[in-house]
Amino acid sequence: MKATPAIVIGTLFAILVPFQLFSAEVTAPEVKIGSKAFTESVILGDIVSLIVRDAGAIPVQRRELGGTRVLWNALLNGEIDIYPEYTGTVSEEILAQKGIHGEAAIRQALAERGIMMTRSLGFSNNYAIGMKKETCKKMQVHKISDLRGHPELRLGFSNEFMDRADGWPSLRNHYDLPQKQVYGMDHDLSYRGLEAGSIDATDIYSTDAEIQYYDLCLLEDDLRHFSAYAAVLLYRKDLSERAPKVVSELSKLEGQITEPAIIEMNARAKFNKIPEGRIAADFVTAKLSVATRTRHDTAVDRFWRHTSEHLYLVALSLVAAILVSIPLGIVAAKRPRIGQVILGFTGLIQTIPSLALLVFMIPLLGIGGPPAIAALFLYSLLPIVRNTCVGIRDIPSDIRESAEALGLPARAILRLVELPMASRTILAGIKTSAVINVGTATLGALVGAGGYGQPILTGIRLDDIGLIMQGAIPSAALALLVQGFFEFAERFFVPKGLQL
Amino acid sequence: MIQLKNVSKGYGNVRALQGIDLIIPEGMTTVVIGPSGCGKSTLLRLIIGLAYPDTGSVYFKDTQVLPDVVLSLRRRMGYVIQEGGLLPHLTARDNAALMARYIGWSEDRVQKRVDELCDLTQFPHDGLGRFPAQLSGGQRQRVSLMRALMLDPDVLLMDEPLGSLDPMIRSGLQKDLKEVFRRLKATVVLVTHDMGEAIFLGDMIVLLKDGEILQKGTLNDLVQSPVDPFVTRFINAQRCAFDAEKQNT
Repeated sequence: MKATPAIVIGTLFAILVPFQLFSAEVTAPEVKIGSKAFTESVILGDIVSLIVRDAGAIPVQRRELGGTRVLWNALLNGEIDIYPEYTGTVSEEILAQKGIHGEAAIRQALAERGIMMTRSLGFSNNYAIGMKKETCKKMQVHKISDLRGHPELRLGFSNEFMDRADGWPSLRNHYDLPQKQVYGMDHDLSYRGLEAGSIDATDIYSTDAEIQYYDLCLLEDDLRHFSAYAAVLLYRKDLSERAPKVVSELSKLEGQITEPAIIEMNARAKFNKIPEGRIAADFVTAKLSVATRTRHDTAVDRFWRHTSEHLYLVALSLVAAILVSIPLGIVAAKRPRIGQVILGFTGLIQTIPSLALLVFMIPLLGIGGPPAIAALFLYSLLPIVRNTCVGIRDIPSDIRESAEALGLPARAILRLVELPMASRTILAGIKTSAVINVGTATLGALVGAGGYGQPILTGIRLDDIGLIMQGAIPSAALALLVQGFFEFAERFFVPKGLQL
Repeated sequence: MIQLKNVSKGYGNVRALQGIDLIIPEGMTTVVIGPSGCGKSTLLRLIIGLAYPDTGSVYFKDTQVLPDVVLSLRRRMGYVIQEGGLLPHLTARDNAALMARYIGWSEDRVQKRVDELCDLTQFPHDGLGRFPAQLSGGQRQRVSLMRALMLDPDVLLMDEPLGSLDPMIRSGLQKDLKEVFRRLKATVVLVTHDMGEAIFLGDMIVLLKDGEILQKGTLNDLVQSPVDPFVTRFINAQRCAFDAEKQNT
């Protein structure tokens, strides 16, 4: 095998290391802003970023991070400093079971956790149940309690709503609802589900621009299940010390965003495909007279950024997986007892859904690249471990024995005979891992790792096929490229005598 | 040279060898022969330490063959098996030179020795760069023999070295082997099930049956004074080969 593996690994690191180092030269305080993976939250996050920059700090954005739990934990751990939230979500979900009601009590409970809350930004985004107007009329359903009479209705709820303390379980209990066909789905897809007639009702946010667009009716919350969901900003207490100007500037935002204003902004993002950054800039310029010098990435810039993020995730996790899996595979081949444990464990990892594995990693590694790399690393183990093990075990015993009979020690046999003879199988395992890895890395965007998953995620949110393709096509192309690379590498790694 | 003292060896419930006492004399070719499954391959594996006896002991030049010394002992033995056991990812030259390079021979010394062995085993020099898959069965056995002889071993152990070759090549290689043994004045232990080969190559013949030594001695001893009717039956069964061989010599 000569020195080629060392050169390859060295080159990979040479390519990767610069990516880690590009956040140097810190003079002004950095303020990390998070947002949830839905349009309104992204717009609010972008508005906050502009205000942060205006206050002389450096905004670092973590857009579209996922759901409430991810953001809240990131805020507690200091992975982010600020994110937009809703008071109802704080009282009913984040601090559920604590029996906290009213703004003062919420403020108090948050302060105990080192978190501050602004006053309302000026609008509420309440949970509501929505149906198509014609269905409402036909079924005579106008209030949520009317749903009791229609057990055949199919309900599609956002995944978060399915699980939240104030979501479907408590709504069902509160209203004693009989529906059995209840599906969890992405919030942005549920509108299309309503339109296509595959579901009859869904949870909606009252500021969603889709309500008008899809001509929906909102069912009255006649038994008062949902709390008020005033939009606020949550930020870490230590921000007042690190960036006092930012905190005072943020308070200027309080009461400034009206409900029609946010609905309009949502609509511009959703239906006019205007980037959230531009919408946010227009808002702060008009409303707060904050000078903005918006820098809009071109499609090419974005492509290169996503490519470098994606390559970073894939290369680092794959190199680590190769370095760990080959020794594990060797041990598994030599010690069948331990081998069963190793193969069982790596096999078990494969059965964990990738999304769940990513979320497991957040408490340990925070958000961004590290949890994604760790999850991808774990996923990449099995094919390489198994192929290394099988490749070594399948070497005919007479060949192994004739090497032993020469008087070669076990380590030399491994290096001179077993690894070269198993190289094709090992490489096939690496190839499988790499291709799976490239595809799975698109999920990294859900935890803020970026990559080709970012345009896919945004594309799903904005119902923009073009944007989805901007992630899906390069990702598929990269998978093919990686496959081709390893097929090419076979010529160098697999001894010529085995290629006859 | 090699001594087996009251050696028994079994695999699971199968008894491969039972109470073997045997001395392999220096500078002679000892042929171990017997029907399939009589334990003759196991005998070689015990000598080179690929297996260890359940009871009894094996000595190589007064050193007992045990795991802690086996690597250095193996380097003083050459081992050739039926299919050659060549490493498919290495060329003929690299197969032959593998161990010499591992223990740090200079490339000059390796080349010189390989060239010597090419002449001795009549392997074509231009075949040294080929991989085993590109060689004929007979050529593979010659490379295997070169590899076994590379470090100038004290003893050559051969397990059915010609077993997989067709008759024409086989008889040619038999003659070449005999010539090699003669020139090196080598100590050889050769396992075969072919009586003709045993008679042609062997100075001493050890007849094994069901894991025990039935009789050992020269061909004459076995023909003139068989200890058991099986000895005569085994020799007669392969009489034709024996007669043909007689006419050749």
